[in-house]
Formats: sequence, C-alpha cells, structure tokens
Amino acid sequence: MNEILQVLKDPQTQAMLRTQVVQHLVLSLTSVLLATLVAVPAGIWLTRHERLASPVLTVVSLVQTLPSIALLAFMIPFMGIGSAPAITALFLYALLPILRNTYTGIQGVDPAARESARGMGMTDRQMLFMVELPLAFRVIMSGIRVSTVMIIGWATLAAFVGAGGLGDMVLMGFSMVSTGHIIAGGVPVTLMALLADYGLGRLERAATPAGLRVSEGGH
Amino acid sequence: MIHHADRIMQMTGEHLQLALFAVLYALLAGVPIGILISRHKRLVGPVLWVVNAFQTIPALAFIGFAMIFLGLTPATGITVLFFYCLMPIVRSTYTGITSVDPAMIEAAEGMGMTRWQTLRMVQLPLALTIMLVGIRLATVIAVGSASIMSLAGAGGLGQLIFAGIDRVQTRMILAGALPAALLAIAAEFGIGALERMLTPRGLRAVKPTLRRESV
Amino acid sequence: MVRFEHVSKTYAGGHKAVDDLNLEIERGEFVCFIGPSGCGKTTTMKMINRLHEPTAGTISVNGKDIMQFDPVELRRSIGYVIQQIGLFPHMTIAQNVELVPKLLGWDAARRKSRVDELMPMVGLDPEEYRDRYPKELSGGQQQRIGVIRALAAEPELILMDEPFGALDPITRESLQDELKRLQAKLKKTIVFVTHDMDEALKLADRIVIMKDGKVHQVATPDELLRHPKDEFVAQFVGRDRLAAAPELLSVSEVMIRRPVTVDPDHGLAEAVVTMKKRRVNSLLVTDENDRLLGLVTANELKNVQRGTVASVMRTSFPVTTPDARLQEAFEQMFLAHLEFLPVVDTDGILVGLVTSTTMVDALSRALWTDGEAS
Repeated sequence: MNEILQVLKDPQTQAMLRTQVVQHLVLSLTSVLLATLVAVPAGIWLTRHERLASPVLTVVSLVQTLPSIALLAFMIPFMGIGSAPAITALFLYALLPILRNTYTGIQGVDPAARESARGMGMTDRQMLFMVELPLAFRVIMSGIRVSTVMIIGWATLAAFVGAGGLGDMVLMGFSMVSTGHIIAGGVPVTLMALLADYGLGRLERAATPAGLRVSEGGH
Repeated sequence: MIHHADRIMQMTGEHLQLALFAVLYALLAGVPIGILISRHKRLVGPVLWVVNAFQTIPALAFIGFAMIFLGLTPATGITVLFFYCLMPIVRSTYTGITSVDPAMIEAAEGMGMTRWQTLRMVQLPLALTIMLVGIRLATVIAVGSASIMSLAGAGGLGQLIFAGIDRVQTRMILAGALPAALLAIAAEFGIGALERMLTPRGLRAVKPTLRRESV
Repeated sequence: MVRFEHVSKTYAGGHKAVDDLNLEIERGEFVCFIGPSGCGKTTTMKMINRLHEPTAGTISVNGKDIMQFDPVELRRSIGYVIQQIGLFPHMTIAQNVELVPKLLGWDAARRKSRVDELMPMVGLDPEEYRDRYPKELSGGQQQRIGVIRALAAEPELILMDEPFGALDPITRESLQDELKRLQAKLKKTIVFVTHDMDEALKLADRIVIMKDGKVHQVATPDELLRHPKDEFVAQFVGRDRLAAAPELLSVSEVMIRRPVTVDPDHGLAEAVVTMKKRRVNSLLVTDENDRLLGLVTANELKNVQRGTVASVMRTSFPVTTPDARLQEAFEQMFLAHLEFLPVVDTDGILVGLVTSTTMVDALSRALWTDGEAS
C-alpha cells in the first residue's frame, strides 16, 4: 500500500500522468472523430447502394478480426512510430461499429415514414436530415459509444508504437513489476472508458426524439 | 520458416486453449447467473451493469489489475478473458430464458413438470438459439483478445506479435497476427455452423438477433 | 369427482378473485365455467391443478384434498389444455403427445403405441404427422394435438382453459364437434373455461355462471335458457338467443296490438255487422278508457236478438299479461279450450290479444329461423 502511495505522490509520476492523460484523450478522440466523419456518410451512402453494403461491411469487419495489437504493429513498417500510425490503426478499428449502426439504423427506418416524407414533397436531402437521421440517431449514437469505449481501451496499446498515452504507465508498471505504476495508469484509463460509456449512453437517451423513447431502439 | 511452423502450430494451440477455457468458465458461471437473474428481476439491472462494466475495462489495465493478484501466469490471461466473456453469455442466457413464451411455461407446469424439468426440457432448449448467439460473441471476443494476454505470460500467438514489435520484424508480426485473425474468423463462422446444427428443426424458422457489442 | 368447499382465493393486494365457492362436479360430467372477464372462472379452474392455490376452503379430487398431493404428481394425473395451445416447438408431435407418459416413466414401446392410438382419434395419421414439428401444422391441427396430449396419460379429469378461443370460427366449430364426440366415447370429467356462450351451450352438461368470484347460477343448458336466474344471466346468455328459443318468447312479443273492440252500449245487430266486416268471431268490450269489460262471441249472439252488448257479454274469462311467457299463455288457452286470450296490463287496460293462430305463427317462425341459423 505504501509503495503504491509513494508512486502516486511522486511529482515526476504526476507530471507524466498529466501528459499521458492528454495524449490518451487526443489519440482516442481524434480516431473516433475521424471514424465518425468517414463512417456516418459512408453508412448513409451504403443505404443508397444496397448491392455494395454486404461486401463493404464484410471487409470492414475483417479488419476487426485482426488482433488490435497486430493492426498497430502493421503500421510501423509503413508509417514508423508515433501518433500517426496509432491514430490510423485506431481509426480503422473504430470504423465498423459506426458504419454498421449507421447503415442498419437508416435501413431500419419505417418505410411508411419514408413514403409519407416523399409524399409531402421532401427532397432526398430533406428526407435524410428531417426524417431518416433523426429516426436512426439513437442507433448511430450507440455505434459511436461502442467505438469510443473500445478505442479508449485499445489506445493503451498505442504505447507499443511509441504514441504515448496511459499505456506507457501501465507498461512501465509491468517492466518494473510496480503495482503503483499499474494502478496509476490502469485506474484513470478504466475510469475514462466507464465515463465514456455512461456519458455517451446518457447522450444517446437524451438526444432521442421524445416520441421514440418508449420503444427500445437498437437492432 | 519451416522450423517455425511447429512453433506457430504450438502457439496457435495455446491461443485456442486460452480462449476456449475462458469461454468454458464463462459458460459455467454465466449461464447460472443468467438463469438466476431471470428469476429475480431485481438483480437484472445491477448484474448486467457489472458484467457490462467488466467489458469496458481496457485490456491492458485489466491485465495489470489481474497481475497484481495472480502474477505472471496463464491464469491471469484466462481470468481477464473470462470477465470479457461473461457479458454476452449472461445477457443472452437472460434474454433467451425470458423470451420463452409464458404459455410454454404454463403448459409445462400444468403437465406436471418440476421446476428443474421445466428448465431443462423447455426453457433451456427454447433459449438455446439466443444463447448460442451470445456464446459465439464470447468466443470471438476471447479469440480476438487472447493475443494481448501473452503480455501476462499466457503464451499464444501474441508472443510472436510482441516479439515482432520488439525486433521490428514485420514477418514475425504477421506470423502471429494472421493465424490469430484466421482463428477469429473461424470462430465466427464455425460457431455459426454449430448454431445451425444445434438448433432443433422445429425452431429453425426463428432467427433471433442480439445486439453485438465489441470489446 | 371434484368438490369445492368454501373455496376462496385472495390475492396479495386484497383482491378476492374467488369468494366462498361451493360446487360439486360429478364423474364423467362436462362442466363449463363462464362469466365476464375477471369473474374468477380461470382462477377457479387453475386451483384444481394447483397452478393457483386457494387461500381458504378445500378442493378435493376423488375425495382427497388436493393439498395432500404433491403438486407435480397431481398435475401429471390431470389433463391440461390451454388457449395458446402450448405445444413445445422444439419437440416433434409424437414427443409432445408422449411427454406426460414420459414424465411418468412409461417405456418407449408403450408410449409409441399410445401415440399411435391417440392420433387417429382426432383424425391425424400417425405415419404422416408423428415426426413433424408443431409449426408445420395448422392452428386447428395443433390444438387437436393439444387435446390428445392432455389425454395421453389417461387422466380421469381434464382441465381446458378456453382451448378453442384463438381459433377461427369454422375450425373452432369442428374441434367442438370432435371434443363432444371424444367425450361421449371416453366419458372423461371435463372442466372447461370459456367466454363463448354458444360453446358452453353446445358442449356442457352443466354450465356454471360466475360473477365477482361467486357462483351465480349453475344449470344445464336447457334450464339456463328457460329460467335465467336474473337480468345478469339473461343478458349474459343473450337476448337474441333467448328470443330465438321459442319457449322463452313473451306474450307482448307476439300479441295482436289492436284487437277488434266494441262499446258496451252498442246494439247487438251492430256487433254482428262488425264481426262480419272484420271477419272475427268474437269482440272485446271496452269502455272509453280501453278498460276491458267483457267479451261477446258470435255463438252467443246467435241466440239473442235484442239489447245492448253490455247485456249479453261475458265478464268472467281468463286473461293474460304482456310479460307472461308465451308458453304459459299457451297452457292457459289449452286448458280452458280457448281460441284466444285478451292481454291486459295491471290496470285492466286492454293492450292486445293472442290467438292460437298468432301463437302457432310465432312459434314456427322462431323454430324455423333458429333451425336455419345453426
């Protein structure tokens, strides 16, 4: 116990921890943000090109079967070490849940709602923004939540490609067999993941149109 | 590379063993937990919250926490994977059992089945289709995450990947990563086939889906 | 066979589903429980196999208090059929039918021969259907299996909870016929819950009408139609059905509303002319307020030449009331050798007339439309 406190009180550790928390957040959020910017439009696009949906989703889910650590490692020969390869690998990993949920969320919109939107004279664009996206919002948000939680976890492995983050502290604990360092790195990253899960879950519910809240969303 | 083949086979074996033991233990614990919460509704919220939280803990941190208690042994890896596998199994057992038509239970009780007979002869067979979706998900999670467990001294294909990173040898990384990816794909399809085989003919039209959440 | 003594069932919230129920069901009897939803009919039935347990009183089966039985053993000895059919979808038809025998430990050969014996009873060929799964059968076929599944272990008593309620009318009708035929052959004791009065009238030896957790009336279908205990039962049995039953018609429904009348101070010649003109052989004598004073017939007028109607009219004769049963009126006429009966209300005001002709007309119309409807 004393040893743990000693590590936690050490100003050097504290300074390191601050840097690593920031690094970790930047790594995770950048990858998820990029993945969202790509996967949501791509998911919408797939609903307009049904024939491509199945092959595209299969390829993206194959990326996910690669062990995360391997995907990170693959980036080294192409991009060297640092944040760039880490963000690229994490971005690829974050794509699938968001892409799949956007696609199924929009697909799951009641055809009657779509038909009445058309009947009212909405353009494709109006229908997307006024009908389809609001109705699919909860499912899409749930994809973003799953990706975020997952990426905060895998970002600890970015330490292996020299991108920093809280993984550094945990790995330091491993090599020094220091419980204090493991706790110092492991607890904040766990809290970060739990908070993201909780906070985004709240957002998911709060942003769901009132009329939909009674029925269970998801797929 | 030839003399590496044996080594890769051996590591693939370790990898599978690690994942399968984790799933097996998760089944042994998760199915009873799922049945228990289906009978005590007050426990549903808290139990699902806890098993879901386990899934949220980042792998590296989880290994670290487990190491504090268990040291650098295969047990550490299996323990962490076990906790990751619990959520899909508990949840699918619970969903499966509670989605059995109440008329079936009434018919079973009315015919004079004991609680145990009702569970064994009616509820579990009818829940099986949904439970298998959870088991598949758990297996995919276990096989996919097993690589990292090499860090905790659990062996497996992760050893090659980490060694490859250390020595910056892409071929070594691939030698570990490709079999691991193939195992994950095989787990996904293999259990899919098993699901179809195990589904009683009378139920085959029904296709349940469970929300898939990744680690 | 089944005896309820002061049986009550009170739920945790204090709601009394069944309230001091007493009833005896004979061996081989087909009893239907019927009543509005929430009347306690289903609870009453489910107490017999202890799916619900009474909070007071005793239920005995074959003279033995059911609380003395192990509930599992008790249920295995009683057949049970539910509305949702409840065939197990993961078991074949044969596996479903032989389930209770299997729970009772019958060997495979005996179970198989039982299945082969039962399936033809409901018109299903074992060779063709034995290895099918429930979803491969129509709803009607599924419930036929539901019925023989309840018969499989040869129980003396069978409980049926709205078993045909979810079926379409044509299928329901044919299953009712089959059940009736099976019952005639097997002589089981059947307790049948339904909310369909037609079904109860068709199947039951006795109907138990329940209301607010109490037995409201117990009667055979005939008695129920003839003598509904009160307005509640009459309404429940249905006005249409009562009207269609000729013996339940009331006088007011068939009487002639404007019978030919004559003033008491009219002359006799005038009365004869009226009779000829209206082609009747009697006249009712009323005052200016339509109060019935007497009657004169053509026969009586033949012998008298002079005077007023008042001087010759009869003042003592049978009358009936508008709400009297047609059957009673008919008996009255028959006994008094009359061709007609005046109908008067409680103030003695003439409101109509029934004759043997109108009565025969009405009865034949009721019988004829009834015959066509069924």
